Amino acid sequence: MAKKRRFKGGEIPTSSMADIAFLLLIFFLVTTTIDTDKGLGIVLPPPGDMEIEIRKENILNCLINSQGKVLLDEEPTNIDQIYRIVGERLRSNNKLVISVKAHKKTSYKDYVRVIDQLKMADAKRISIANSN
Amino acid sequence: MKFSKKTKISSEIPTASMPDIIFMLLVFFMVTTVLKEYSGLPVNLPKAKRIEKLKSKRHTVQVWLSKDGLISIDDRLMAAEDVSTVMYDKRVANPQIVVSLKGDEEAEMGLVSKIHENLRKVEALKLNYSSKTLID
Repeated sequence: MAKKRRFKGGEIPTSSMADIAFLLLIFFLVTTTIDTDKGLGIVLPPPGDMEIEIRKENILNCLINSQGKVLLDEEPTNIDQIYRIVGERLRSNNKLVISVKAHKKTSYKDYVRVIDQLKMADAKRISIANSN
Repeated sequence: MKFSKKTKISSEIPTASMPDIIFMLLVFFMVTTVLKEYSGLPVNLPKAKRIEKLKSKRHTVQVWLSKDGLISIDDRLMAAEDVSTVMYDKRVANPQIVVSLKGDEEAEMGLVSKIHENLRKVEALKLNYSSKTLID
């Protein structure tokens, strides 16, 4: 015997819709990684070989060899100590230009560490020599 | 004298349009998020302390440099000399472009220097050495 089912006005429950939408929203908010690139900013000099004459006492030479050893004005220096020494030099001479020269076999890691140290010392005038 | 309330102000917040609002937010977020376009090369980024954040992905070009000396822009491998041609087009399209150099720790400075030169040639002067935060 078949029972006659009476049709009771079909409705989709919409009260939980907001919750579902919120859930989706939160899911997307969480999963989208806003991974902006970050790193050490530097501005390259414009093209063309410019020769700016800088007085000798305003230059601090910073040489990096292929083993990652640093020579700061003829003196072998530990990379971690650069910012302290450069900071001191900058305080006594605010026109100081730091000239960084790396050997072409120097690893990028050491170079970035040196630039980071110079940034820590708040050196604004950094000159990067060609390593070829 | 008794005051009779004339208007009945309903004290409920109308929630019927809430899903619509939230869906709108959802769509907004889905549209505005820029998905990762290029995968790049496998690199081990160097670590640094004084890190700056780049503003927007729309103004950045990622230049990948692996430890084997491969250079890749937009998932195309190229020689260091060709960087300038590619970057020229990019700089013309967007003058405020920032180059994010994603170099491997073991990459050699000779190549980095060549990239510098090529970037200078086309006046793409804003450079960023992509690195991880160093925690000590």
